Amino acid sequence: MPKPPARRTQKKLRPAKSLRTARSPRAARKTSATGARKSRPTARTYDAATVRQLSSAERAWLQGEVARSTARAPARRTEFLTDSGIPVPTVVTPAERAREDQAELGLPGRFPYTRGVQPTMYRGRLWTMRMFAGFGTPADTNQRFKYLMTHGTTGLSTAFDMPALMGYDADHPMSRGEVGKEGVAVSTLRDFEILFDGIPLDQVTTSMTINASAIVALCMYIAVAEKQGVPMEKLGGTIQNDMLKEYIAQKEWIVPPRPAVRIVVDMIDFCSRHMPRWHPVSISGYHIREAGATAVQELAFTLADGIGYVEECVKRGLAVDDFAGRLSFFWDVHNDFFEEVAKFRAARRIWARVMRDRFGARDPRSWQLRTHAQTAGVSLTAQQPYNNVVRTALQGLAAVLGGTQSLHTNSLDETYALPTEESVTLALRTQQLIAHESGVDRVVDPLGGSYYVEYLTDEMEKRALEYIRRIDEMGGIIRAVEEGYPQKEIGESAYRYQREVEQGERLIVGVNAFQSDREEPIQILKIDERVAEEQVDRLRKVKAERNGKAVSAALARVEAACRGTDNLMPPVLEAVKAYATLGEISDVFRKVWGQYREGGIF
Amino acid sequence: MPDRKLRILVAKPGLDGHDRGAKIIARALRDAGMEVIYTGLHQTPEMIVSAAVQEDVDAIGLSIMSGAHMTLFPAVIDLLKEQKAGDIEVFGGGIIPDDDIPRLKQLGVSEIFTPGSSTQDIVQWIRQHIQPRA
Repeated sequence: MPKPPARRTQKKLRPAKSLRTARSPRAARKTSATGARKSRPTARTYDAATVRQLSSAERAWLQGEVARSTARAPARRTEFLTDSGIPVPTVVTPAERAREDQAELGLPGRFPYTRGVQPTMYRGRLWTMRMFAGFGTPADTNQRFKYLMTHGTTGLSTAFDMPALMGYDADHPMSRGEVGKEGVAVSTLRDFEILFDGIPLDQVTTSMTINASAIVALCMYIAVAEKQGVPMEKLGGTIQNDMLKEYIAQKEWIVPPRPAVRIVVDMIDFCSRHMPRWHPVSISGYHIREAGATAVQELAFTLADGIGYVEECVKRGLAVDDFAGRLSFFWDVHNDFFEEVAKFRAARRIWARVMRDRFGARDPRSWQLRTHAQTAGVSLTAQQPYNNVVRTALQGLAAVLGGTQSLHTNSLDETYALPTEESVTLALRTQQLIAHESGVDRVVDPLGGSYYVEYLTDEMEKRALEYIRRIDEMGGIIRAVEEGYPQKEIGESAYRYQREVEQGERLIVGVNAFQSDREEPIQILKIDERVAEEQVDRLRKVKAERNGKAVSAALARVEAACRGTDNLMPPVLEAVKAYATLGEISDVFRKVWGQYREGGIF
Repeated sequence: MPDRKLRILVAKPGLDGHDRGAKIIARALRDAGMEVIYTGLHQTPEMIVSAAVQEDVDAIGLSIMSGAHMTLFPAVIDLLKEQKAGDIEVFGGGIIPDDDIPRLKQLGVSEIFTPGSSTQDIVQWIRQHIQPRA
């Protein structure tokens, strides 16, 4: 096979001008036919003579070997599709990639970042192995953090319990049975002091998975650091703070979308001025995917959310390059290996163009989509739980081949409960094996140039852009969310997937194929009710000891900021320092903006 | 009314927002010819029981992923008894460890469907075990 003349053409590379640049031959014909875009010089990967030669060889091969082989043993399916429904050809050759343009691939660390955001990727520094942890009391989680740090985790990641995520204190009636169950229980700054006790906050980076009450959590983190003598300027980490995906998928909210997004923008604004090492929002596809979206929908809705935040920040008057470099992303990694790799690559390419061409960002950092990834919790099965280790290994490998900046690998027991120490260690070891034994860290973007992966990257990009166009036409993502558009699309996909499993069109090992009669029970982590009692006791004590007048005054200033246009960060920071509770601050939000409710549509 | 359609309330108690399962079940039951009312998210046991009584349902299916099942199932069952609606059957599913299932059944939960259960198993179970209330 002739070598692609990629090296020769590199010098001529010029990034495309238009966001709607079409990649696949079919799309290219369509757009040029409608005159939607002007032609531009290309740097084709494959020269015309090579493509012609291969096309005729491929035709002969299809009519010859392939036809004879299919006559002897028909294909196992009439058509092969990716999990998102993209057609999968028998084989992809340069004949299908005739229009592949090197400007679409670029080089690692260069626009449009298809091949990675850093020039040397894992040769310079491995991805951050960031194991999500949080359960029980702050002291329980503090211990788990320290355990993970001694076992080589390189960044902390905090899971909060449901009451904290929904803006309720441990003693609220809505918190019944939920305190410390799905994450660590926190109600006041005192809980944060215990949570990060003995962990030098200028030496670790911390991720906090919290959204509706994110502003309270970030302020508590800043306050704890201050007590350790670490100024906020030095704090590194990420707070998830992606409210749009809450309405779309995860459904942990306090107030309606518009005021919620206003708080997000306040935080982006504040962090861009005072916390240069902090990521004030992690635009998350994870929950969208877990709620049943396809990879294409995950890609599209997440990028649309990102576009929504940038639009709101720009409307606020922020200069795009002042904050865009601190936006980060968070992808799910599901089972369809190559499609997942392609998703990471397509995401970077779309985002680079959106930021440069749609928002006029000039700073390359604003063009770079940096991401965390987590293996798909939804893909794990309760049946034959050890199979989950294998699934997670494959998904983790896909994330790394996709060029992730950090990774959480799920534990085998997570369909039952939060992971035990043993199972979380095995999950961390899985990443360490990928990093140190598989050899995939040695070269940047090893799948770049794979005919199939480049084909899938193009297809995912095209399909995601189509969704984004539709959302733009609806008036943007906030409007689309208010109308329930992404929610409905996801619901359809979730139902379709379940039906495919039940009809046996999609095999899940151990569930609808290769079942075992006898299954050994596995150890699981139990959180007992002592946690709730302990939390409620501490909350009472804090309330008794604090200065009630200072708390009321601080909460009044939070309310004034909510009703006006002042940034909410300073008054919330002041309130948490006075030991106002997470629930009290959230109550102010509820009072001003009302409690959000979603109807019972299914 | 032997031919009356079964009326099922699918409910999401507690704070967890993971509603993929609840919505899939709701659709599957509707597709199987039942009348389905879905409460939406973040319901208290009081809200669920009041909806069940008002809607005159034959059974309630609770979906819980948050680990709060040992609190929320009994709360719903107790409230049903208080409302003299103890004949409304309660079943459920979600992230519920096997060890907790016998205790839940003792407390009056008719059946628990754990991850991997097919919607058809659930439809079949309902058809066999739930009768329209007199």
